[in-house]
Amino acid sequence: MGTWTPTAAGLVPAGLTQSAARGGIGESVRRPDGALKVTGAFAYSSDLWHRDMLWGRILRSPHAHARILAVDVSAALALPGVHAVLTHDDLPAAQKTYGLELADTPVLADGVVRHHGEPVALVAADHPETARRAAELIRVDYRELPVVTDEASATAPGAVVLHPDRDDRHAYRAPHPNVLHRQPIVRGDVAAAARRADVVVTGDYEFGMQDQAFLGPESGLAVPAADGGVDLYVATQWLHSDLRQIAPVLGLPEEKVRMTLAGVGGAFGGREDLSMQIHACLLALRTGRPVKIVYSREESFLGHAHRHPARLHYEHGATRDGRLTHVRCRIVLDGGAYASSTAAVVGNAASLGIGPYRVEDVEIEAIGLYTNNPPCGAMRGFGAVQACFAYEAQMDRLAAGLGMDPVELRRINAMRQGDLMPTGQRVDSPAPVAELLRRVRDMPLPPPLDTEDPDIRDLPGGLANTSHGEGIVRGIGYAVGIKNVGFSEGFDDYSTARVRLEVVDGEPVAMVHTAMAEVGQGGVTVHAQIARTELGVEQVTVHPADTQVGSAGSTSASRQTYMTGGAVKNTCGAVRERVFAAGRRRFGGDRPAWGGAGLRLDGGKVVTADGEVLATLAEVLEGEEPIDLELEFRHRPTEPFDPVTGQGFGHVQYSFAAHRAVVDVDVELGLVKVVELACAQDVGRALNPLSVVGQIQGGTVQGLGIALMEEIRVDPATARVLNPSFTDYLVPTVLDAPAVPVDLLELADPHAPYGLRGVGEAPTLSSTPAVLAAVRQATGKALTRVPVRPEHIVD
Amino acid sequence: MMRVGFTVNGVRRTADGVWEGESLLYVLRERMGLPGSKNACEQGECGSCTVRLDGVPVCACLIAAGQAQDREVRTVEGLAEGGEPASVQRAFLDAGAVQCGFCTPGLLVAADELLERDTAPSDADIREALSGNLCRCTGYEKIMDAVRLAAARRREAV
Repeated sequence: MGTWTPTAAGLVPAGLTQSAARGGIGESVRRPDGALKVTGAFAYSSDLWHRDMLWGRILRSPHAHARILAVDVSAALALPGVHAVLTHDDLPAAQKTYGLELADTPVLADGVVRHHGEPVALVAADHPETARRAAELIRVDYRELPVVTDEASATAPGAVVLHPDRDDRHAYRAPHPNVLHRQPIVRGDVAAAARRADVVVTGDYEFGMQDQAFLGPESGLAVPAADGGVDLYVATQWLHSDLRQIAPVLGLPEEKVRMTLAGVGGAFGGREDLSMQIHACLLALRTGRPVKIVYSREESFLGHAHRHPARLHYEHGATRDGRLTHVRCRIVLDGGAYASSTAAVVGNAASLGIGPYRVEDVEIEAIGLYTNNPPCGAMRGFGAVQACFAYEAQMDRLAAGLGMDPVELRRINAMRQGDLMPTGQRVDSPAPVAELLRRVRDMPLPPPLDTEDPDIRDLPGGLANTSHGEGIVRGIGYAVGIKNVGFSEGFDDYSTARVRLEVVDGEPVAMVHTAMAEVGQGGVTVHAQIARTELGVEQVTVHPADTQVGSAGSTSASRQTYMTGGAVKNTCGAVRERVFAAGRRRFGGDRPAWGGAGLRLDGGKVVTADGEVLATLAEVLEGEEPIDLELEFRHRPTEPFDPVTGQGFGHVQYSFAAHRAVVDVDVELGLVKVVELACAQDVGRALNPLSVVGQIQGGTVQGLGIALMEEIRVDPATARVLNPSFTDYLVPTVLDAPAVPVDLLELADPHAPYGLRGVGEAPTLSSTPAVLAAVRQATGKALTRVPVRPEHIVD
Repeated sequence: MMRVGFTVNGVRRTADGVWEGESLLYVLRERMGLPGSKNACEQGECGSCTVRLDGVPVCACLIAAGQAQDREVRTVEGLAEGGEPASVQRAFLDAGAVQCGFCTPGLLVAADELLERDTAPSDADIREALSGNLCRCTGYEKIMDAVRLAAARRREAV
C-alpha cells in the first residue's frame, strides 16, 4: 500500500502534511494527514496547549428572551485562580456585534438576551473547573420577556420585535420586521396552468431542527503577541471570514490578528458562524496570557447555529398522463434570534424549491423568520434539504393520485440539460435526473428479511429484543434532489492558491499553500493530487492553512474542490509557464522545440507534445530562485434573484443525487430499521473516488438521521432547548446505519475544473425523503413530519 | 489535590496536583501529553475517548483519574508497536475510514479489542462492538470495510 508515514514524536501541527502518497487526480490517493490521525498525533483545536495557558469559559443565558437588569462579577473575580471576568461593558472597540451576513449578533449580551444560551460573560482561570465555578458565581438579574417562536407569534399584532432598528439590505422588502428575508419566485401563469390539471395534490409538511453534531467541540487557543496583536489557532470553515468579523471587535487591524487553522473535527456548516474565536482573543488580550476555550457538548448544542426547522405548504398539479402542470409552494424557515446565513438559506430554498423537474408555471415564496428560538444557519444542504423532503413527498402523493409508479412520474418530469429553472436560469451542463433514478432502481435489492431464523440484531429494535420477526413490514422508497454548488446570487466567490516549485537536493518539490479549511472532506489530499498532475512532480507538500495567504472562501456549499482545487490548478498552470520561460532562456537558443506549443511537465521533466524530453526540472531550475506564485481564481459570475419575480442566473453549478431506501418497520411498535440506502450521483469527475464515495455515504447517513431520529427539541412555551446532549439528541450509530452502495456517474461540467461537480451536499437531500417514502409504503401512514417518531407510525 | 500514578502504554506515569474531580481523560490529555483520546461529549455517549483499562474498553471521560491508580491503561498512542502501525490502523487508512478523524482513536481502540477476541467477526458482531462509538463523517460504511479488512489481514498473517 505504501501509504504509511512515520510520525515524529509528539504533536505535529495540523495540516503540516508532507504527502507520502503518489498519484495525481482520478486516483484514490490516501489522505496525507491519515497517519497522524490514526496514531492520535494530529493536533485538533481542542488538543492545543501552551505554557501558562488559561482556560476560558462562557456564561450563557438560561432564558430565551430577557432584559438584563444587573450583572455582579465580584464573587467570581474573588475566586482564587480567576484572572479575568468580562461583560459587554469591557468590550474594547466601538464595534460590538458580528455576523456572517449581517452584524446583528452581540459579542456579549447588551442589556437583553434573545435566545437560550446567548453569551453573557466570560471568565479566564487557571483550571477549567475553576472557570466553571467562577461562571456560576456571576450574578445576573434577568427580567423575562415574552417569546415569539413561530410565524404566527412572530407576526401577530403587537408581537415582540427582535431587532427593532433594522437597516440591513433585506429590511426594506421584509413584510414584517420579524421576517428577516422573503424571496418570491414567479414564472408563467399558475392559475391558468392549474385549470389544465386533472389531478391536484396539496400537503403541509414540517421539518425539525437538525444539528450538525460534529464530534470535535468548538475550541481554540488565543496567544497574545508582543506587538499588541493576537495569534489564534482555531477550528473553522473560513479563516478570512472569521478574521473580517474578529478584528473590528478587538479594535485591531486585520494584520494583527494572525489566524492558523487547527485540526478540525468535522463541520457540516456548524463552524461557519463564529463561536469562541472573539471570546478567547478578548480574554488573551485582557490577561496577557494564552487562553484556550473548549466547549462542552451541551455548550456546543447551545453555541452554534443549527439547520433551519421549516414548515412547508405545497400544491402540485398534473395532467392524466403524468405531466406536471404547476407547483405552488410556501416555505417558512425559522432563523431564530440572529441572522447567521438565513437570507442565503431562503434564496436556496426558494430557487431549488420544486426540485429537479420541468415545470413552466410556478409560484414559490420562501421566508426566513427572526424568533427567540436558537439561531439557525448553515448545515449541509442549506435550504435545499427541507424543500426536497416536501417536494418528494408531493411527487409520491401525486403518483398515488394518478395511479402511477412514483419513479415513472419522476422520469416523465425529470429536468434535462437545457431546461429552465423556476428562476429562468438555463441549466447548461448535464442534468441526468432520469438516468440517476434509473441507475438507483436497477441496483440489486438486498435479500428479503429472514423471518424463519433472523439475527435479532438485524431487526428494528435490535438487541432490545422487541421482535423476532413478527410485525415487520418491508418498504421501498425513492427520491431525487438538486443542490447548487458554490456561493450564489452575485456573491464574488473566489479562492486563492499559492504554489511554490523548487529543486531540493536535485529533486523537484512543490508546495501548495491555501487558506482552505480542511474539515475532514479531504481537500488536502486533492490539492496534492492536482499539483502532481499539473506540475508532473511526485513530492508535494501541503502548507498549513492560515491567513498569510489570500482567502480560500468557505469550506461549504460543496465548493472547495471546484474553487480551491480550481485555484491550485490555475496557479500550477502559471508556475508551469514560468518553468517553460526559464527553460527557453536557458536552453531555447540551442533547441527550437522549446518554442513549440503543447509543452508539458511529466515525471519531473519538460516534455514536448510529441513526448520528446527537453530537460529535467532540476536542469531548468538549478540555481534559479524558487518559482512562487499566489493567484486568485473565480467561477463565472452569478446574479441576484429579482426581488419580485425571483428571476436571475443565481447559481453557478447544480449537482444531483438519487436514493433508493429499503426499510423494515415494526408496525406494532413504530420502530424502523433502514436496511439499505443506495445512492446514484453525478460527480462530473471523481478526483479521488475513495473520498467521493466517503462523502456520499456520510451525507446519506446524515439524511437518515433527520428522517428518523435527530431533532433539537425546543419548548414552544419558553423557547428553551430541551435536549442539548448526545443522550437525548440521537446521532445515528453504526447500528442505525445501513449499507450504502454508491453508483458514480461522471458527466463533465464544461464550466468546471476537470469537469468536476461539487459532491458533499446532494446526497444529504434525497436520503431523507427516500427513507420517508419507504416507511410510508410499509405503514400506509402519511408521515408529513421529520423526524418520524414511533408515535407517528403507531397512532 | 492528589498524586495519581498508573501505567500508560507500558510506561509508568504519575501526575501531581490532580483535582479529585478530574477524569482519566483529562489527566491523559492535559497532564500526560497524550491528547490522542478525544473529548467529544464527556458524558460517555460518543466513545471518542475509548481506552483500555486493564484490557477492558471504557470511556475515559467516565473514569475518575483516581480509579486508574496502579492499573494498566492503553490508548490510541499505544497501538503502534516499534514505530510500525497496527494492522487495524493501516486498515482504517487503506479503507478510507478516516475523514475528520475525531472518532478514529476511540474506534481503533474498540476495533482492536474486538479483533483480539474474535478473529472472524460477522458484520453484526462488528456493529455491536462499535455501537458505542459515534462517527459523523463516514456513515460507517468505510469503518465496516476497515474492520473487515483488518480481520482478513490478521487471519492471513497467522
